[in-house]
Amino acid sequence: MAKAHVYKRDHVNTDEIIPARYLNTDDAVELAKHCMEDLDTDFVRKAKPGDVIVCGDDFGCGSSREHAVWAIQGAKVGAVIAHSFARIFYRNCINCGFYPIELPGALDKIRDGDELNIDYKDGTIENKTQKTKIKFMPLPDFALNIVRDGGLLEHIKKQK
Amino acid sequence: MGMTITEKIMARAAGRTSVKAGELVNANVDMIMCHDVTTPPAISMLREHGVDNVFDPEKIVVTPDHFQPAKDIKSAELHKRLDSWAKEKNLPYYYKLGRAGVCHALLPEQGHIRPGEVIVGGDSHTCTYGAFAAFSTGIGSTDLAAAIATGVLWFKVPASMKFVLNGSLGKGVYSKDVILEVIRRIGTDGALYRAMEFVGPALKEMTMEARMTITNMAIEAGGKNGIVGFDQTTKAYLSGRLKGKTDYTVFESDANAPYVHEDTIDCSKLEPMVAFPHLPSNGKAVGECKGLAMDQAYIGSCTNGRIEDLRIAASILKGRQVKIRTIVVPATPVIWKQAVDEGLAEIFYDAGCVFSAPTCGACLGGFMGILAAGEKCISTTNRNFVGRMGSPKSEVYLASPATAAAAAVEGKLADCRNYL
Repeated sequence: MAKAHVYKRDHVNTDEIIPARYLNTDDAVELAKHCMEDLDTDFVRKAKPGDVIVCGDDFGCGSSREHAVWAIQGAKVGAVIAHSFARIFYRNCINCGFYPIELPGALDKIRDGDELNIDYKDGTIENKTQKTKIKFMPLPDFALNIVRDGGLLEHIKKQK
Repeated sequence: MGMTITEKIMARAAGRTSVKAGELVNANVDMIMCHDVTTPPAISMLREHGVDNVFDPEKIVVTPDHFQPAKDIKSAELHKRLDSWAKEKNLPYYYKLGRAGVCHALLPEQGHIRPGEVIVGGDSHTCTYGAFAAFSTGIGSTDLAAAIATGVLWFKVPASMKFVLNGSLGKGVYSKDVILEVIRRIGTDGALYRAMEFVGPALKEMTMEARMTITNMAIEAGGKNGIVGFDQTTKAYLSGRLKGKTDYTVFESDANAPYVHEDTIDCSKLEPMVAFPHLPSNGKAVGECKGLAMDQAYIGSCTNGRIEDLRIAASILKGRQVKIRTIVVPATPVIWKQAVDEGLAEIFYDAGCVFSAPTCGACLGGFMGILAAGEKCISTTNRNFVGRMGSPKSEVYLASPATAAAAAVEGKLADCRNYL
């Protein structure tokens, strides 16, 4: 069961997700050790595989560093749910085969520690703690196909 | 309905006669910028997928900049990967240490940016090149890998926002103050997914260097690209400078082009600005915040590390002593040499500054001026996020080179107009 780690913050930026002092490597295992470090030094210790990050507006703003997505994937985070995403981060997620869930009002619907069950096909989040079902807008088909293939390069390869 | 300059460039690159905002297009890429942080992973991805192809070596520019000269063993390994790939592919525009510089200053200076083209780079500040009437945007490593191999990327055509810069900049007020004011007004996601087009008489008066400071920070408002139309200033800058293809196509926005937002800034009324921690949108007029003590001043980066910026800083530092650690970083070797030849380096030395080799360095918390917990830095860079220049407990204040130089002299936030 995925647990929600809620940060009541807008503009959580790429420097908080993976500080530039760690960009001297592109090894996901190494990056994962510092995932979210400048926002919450305890995140890596607290988060279990499949857990979910929940934030407000403009998640992932700032740098184009895909290292931010690799750090999140490396830390085995199951999903990021945000009111909105910064453009390059959003695109990087899709390119890496990671599903960014855009959900306006997420911070009102999900509390820290809530148990979530996400159905990507239906576009629903079951909040087991609150006993609610929340709809989200699924990715457009072309982006969904990239995510399903495991990222852009796998997708290109498959099409050839 | 007419088209904006951004739409026209995207249509041309997609082989279409017209496109509309919101449409998805496959566009041919005309130029790709590669640096030492995001390109080595792209090279590894291509190798892992058995792709050895570079779509067009003439359309790739490579320069290490973030951690150059290598700051530690890990960054040396990144440089080694970049170097061996650039050599293996015989890339003609590979700038090695000694000729390498901060990418967004280097590419225009070395004549790689042409109007009307689609330019991508593995760096969010790739939007800088929009100052040359080009469509230019930052991408991640996977997109970079796809672009290097195929020369084609998909884009959603962005809706455009128009910013009219009226009036004329007063003494001590620069293009950096204008863009900090724009971001203050619309916020760090005010232009999310959108093109930011800058027009108006105050813009027309600006040099290409000053315009690049504006388009550079489009990403700090979430913008997909920043763009400025072509004029005589653009033409004069490009003349005799372009490498490879010397012809280019000039596009301009139609009078009836659609804009989702229009804003007018009276530049005559602007004051020098300082953006407080921890967002570039926290701009305040310097008059509201004079006297706040600083620990360091940093003058450099892709935003404000060009020769014009160093001249402005030197004009304030000449014959004066800095009261805090002051680091001056020319963005490229050519700028470094100009600063030496013009006597600016000596002025910086005499004032007690350190004058460094070109690097992105401390702007992103790499090296060459990292902040300790509790320290405050006045910086001519583009981001003041938590931990951006060092300790998560340090603070970055964004400003123009003049405001940074004035703060260096007083050791606290100060009005640069008292020194001009």
